[in-house]
Amino acid sequence: MSQHRIPAWITVGVIPLANVAMAALAAALVFWYLNINPLDALQAMVYGAFGSSYGWGYTLYYMTSYIFTGLAVAVVFQAGMFNIGGEGQAYIGALGVGLVCLGLGGHVPFIVLLPISIIAAFVFGGLWALIPAWLQAKRGSHIVITTIMFNFIAASLMNYLLINFMKPAGTMSVESAVFDPSSWIPKMHEALALIGISIDRSPLNLSMFWALFVAFAVWFFLWRTRWGYEVRAMGSNASGAQYGGISIPGTVIMIMIIGGGLAGFMALNVVQGEAHQIKLNLVNQMGFTGIAVALMGRNHPFGIVIASLLFGFLTQGGSELQFEYSVDARIVVVLQGLVILFSGALQNMMKHPIERLYLRVTSNRRKASEELAAEA
Amino acid sequence: MTAQTHSAAEYALELRGIDKHFGAVHANKNIDLKVEKGTIHGIVGENGAGKSTLMSIIYGFYEADQGDIAIDGQVLKIRDSKTAIASGIGMVHQHFMLIQNFTALENVVLGAESGELIDDSLDKARTELNRLSDEFGLSVPLDQPVEELSVGFQQRIEILKALYRGARILILDEPTGVLTPQETEHLFKVLDSLKAQGTTVILITHKLREILAATDNVSVMRRGEMVAHVKTAETNQEELAELMVGRKVLLQVDKGDSAPGDVKLSVRNLSMTDSAGVKRLDNVSLDVRAGEIVGIAGVSGNGQSELLETLAGITPVDSGTIDLNGHTLDVQHPMNPSQVRKAGIGHIPEDRHRMGLINTFSAYEAFVLGYHRNQEYNGALQMKQGAIIEDCKEKMERWDVRPQDPYLKTANFSGGNQQKLVIAREIEQNPDVLLIGQPTRGVDIGAIESIHKRILEMRDAGKAILLVSVELDEIRSLSDRILVMFDGTIVGEVPADKADERTLGLMMANIVPDDIKALQAEEPA
Repeated sequence: MSQHRIPAWITVGVIPLANVAMAALAAALVFWYLNINPLDALQAMVYGAFGSSYGWGYTLYYMTSYIFTGLAVAVVFQAGMFNIGGEGQAYIGALGVGLVCLGLGGHVPFIVLLPISIIAAFVFGGLWALIPAWLQAKRGSHIVITTIMFNFIAASLMNYLLINFMKPAGTMSVESAVFDPSSWIPKMHEALALIGISIDRSPLNLSMFWALFVAFAVWFFLWRTRWGYEVRAMGSNASGAQYGGISIPGTVIMIMIIGGGLAGFMALNVVQGEAHQIKLNLVNQMGFTGIAVALMGRNHPFGIVIASLLFGFLTQGGSELQFEYSVDARIVVVLQGLVILFSGALQNMMKHPIERLYLRVTSNRRKASEELAAEA
Repeated sequence: MTAQTHSAAEYALELRGIDKHFGAVHANKNIDLKVEKGTIHGIVGENGAGKSTLMSIIYGFYEADQGDIAIDGQVLKIRDSKTAIASGIGMVHQHFMLIQNFTALENVVLGAESGELIDDSLDKARTELNRLSDEFGLSVPLDQPVEELSVGFQQRIEILKALYRGARILILDEPTGVLTPQETEHLFKVLDSLKAQGTTVILITHKLREILAATDNVSVMRRGEMVAHVKTAETNQEELAELMVGRKVLLQVDKGDSAPGDVKLSVRNLSMTDSAGVKRLDNVSLDVRAGEIVGIAGVSGNGQSELLETLAGITPVDSGTIDLNGHTLDVQHPMNPSQVRKAGIGHIPEDRHRMGLINTFSAYEAFVLGYHRNQEYNGALQMKQGAIIEDCKEKMERWDVRPQDPYLKTANFSGGNQQKLVIAREIEQNPDVLLIGQPTRGVDIGAIESIHKRILEMRDAGKAILLVSVELDEIRSLSDRILVMFDGTIVGEVPADKADERTLGLMMANIVPDDIKALQAEEPA
């Protein structure tokens, strides 16, 4: 039975905004409990995230990471699977980037090194996802379980490698040597200075443009190529896909490599763009936050860019809040949690009333215009 | 009109002006219905005519926007199914609502326990059920888990469930879909004895022949409206079909003689065991020649689906050999569905929702499923969206798929149009062999006619066609030869002219009549 259609501006505009507004209201209660005026808190967050080019720099830097880890979840979700392994895939991607920068940095020009480190990030992250993918495709081991386990394995492996092989002799902290400066991805403030625009120093680097391009490329892949067609067919109806001659194991393996590779790209931003060395726990939960980003962005690349900006704002604004009011650093996690709760778990709470309201308004309007027409 | 002479209380059920909207859809428009006490009353209509909505209103699943329901002359507000059951309404759903690992007895008692201790309830129910079974010929093994019982028995349990709860009005929704002709006959006998005891039966079906065989009165629905109430004795199939569709329909397509050519599809000793270790196909052999339609009859679940899916390359072969249009498919030479397609085989799957379509796809995307790697649809990197949409538009027009909107989501087409989409996709690729499963399941009568014509056109164009259907009428009107399947084996072959319902029915229950045996003995193996 065909229902009246709900226009897109309601589905992708009004409803998500209403969900975020609900989350903001709940957050206001939290601040009220903490004896912080919610409006002051909001102002501090907005100012902290967008009030200066410094704030913008951090917000967009976080956004860049979230785009990569969000896409890593979303492409796999389009194939009907849940990739919980972004955390580990990004960590191993960092190993790839680190090896390239440590090995080639200073020996080859940046223009040669950059493509190699991009490929390394993708290949290392992708291969880390390949093992769970193979287990799922050939042995039926559930990918949610195996990717979670592979996060732990990645963490242990990196501990081992950092302590035993990568830590320069005579240092105490568990991190690799600093890369040769010629291998660093230029910072945004440096790049803009070249064309005469001056902004504050921040971690934001040129990998942001790569993130935006990759988001577009993922959209193109999913909705314009036959491989994307096969992925979406499988995600929506696996037996229909099989009927259509699509190899289920093959598609599982392909899409997981792509997902892992996308998560690996995060290392370009965090390692090659900012830290310039491999550090312990460098992913810092961003892989997991990618799940929330994908959820919020409705698993669509463009939605993910917007959701990443929101989560970038929460991360940066939340840490400003922490300085300003000396609340616990985990306030950021609380805020993210509320956004996830209202826009993910409770998304239908606002959806149905809004849709019903829209239908009632339009049907009243239609009736009124029909009556007018009848009178005329 | 005898109706006016009856007093109100002679109607077991009376509906006055029932109206129901779902959003913009007007599912029931001002429905009046009078069901006389102690009769069998049929309700017919196409899919989406509003039969199910109406029954759901009577059973308390939905509440009507307007109108009254009177039971035994008393107007009642039926807000939920509890009220409906309490007022003596019982319903047997199309899809049985039984707990598979419970026994028949436990299923009957579920939700109608008489006390805190289950044993007391069970004892009480056993006595009552034994009485009911004797009275109505509804004997069921009470202590066997339901999953071990045939669908015929499962249906009886559903009826017993309703009677145990004191149903005086019994509603059956498409009760014969899963039964063999003999089981159907038995069901009608049960309904007759229920009627003799004063129970009122409402029978919802789309099978006109059954309406004529079983009911006293019949009401016809079309597009949410009641369009006619007639006495069954005073009508016939053609009239009912015309009332249902709103125009004259051909129930039987004209079929010329077939001119069989070379064998295009040949199956030898095919067996298949599923992952649970159940033998689904057991030593199946058959041939299909160019220019003929071979029908496979059988109660659903006797290996027909597995046969089709094995031939289409979806399920791997365990043992045996298949020759698909000159390509060998066996254990040593496995083929996947896209290789099977390349060998010139088209496959219209039994279940378009599970297999034939991707419901979230637009029509044009669903239109290339299985052919999405073809050169004409692909550039180096990008799929040629423009070309695909043009192609889809053209074929939608040729096949009269409505609405002709390539961007519409496949889920939003009606069942008949979805099916046309699938059939058009497969036939337009011009395969040499067509595997067809349930081509008209859930399709309106009007669309059935055109689908049947297209299938015959394919035959006359020299294609080899294997047709699987659980609708005996469909098998009989289309096939040149009929094979009957039972429990994974082929019971026997019947030429189309010898295929009366009784013969097919017996064979579907694994009994081969003597005349067919003699016929098969004559033919060289």
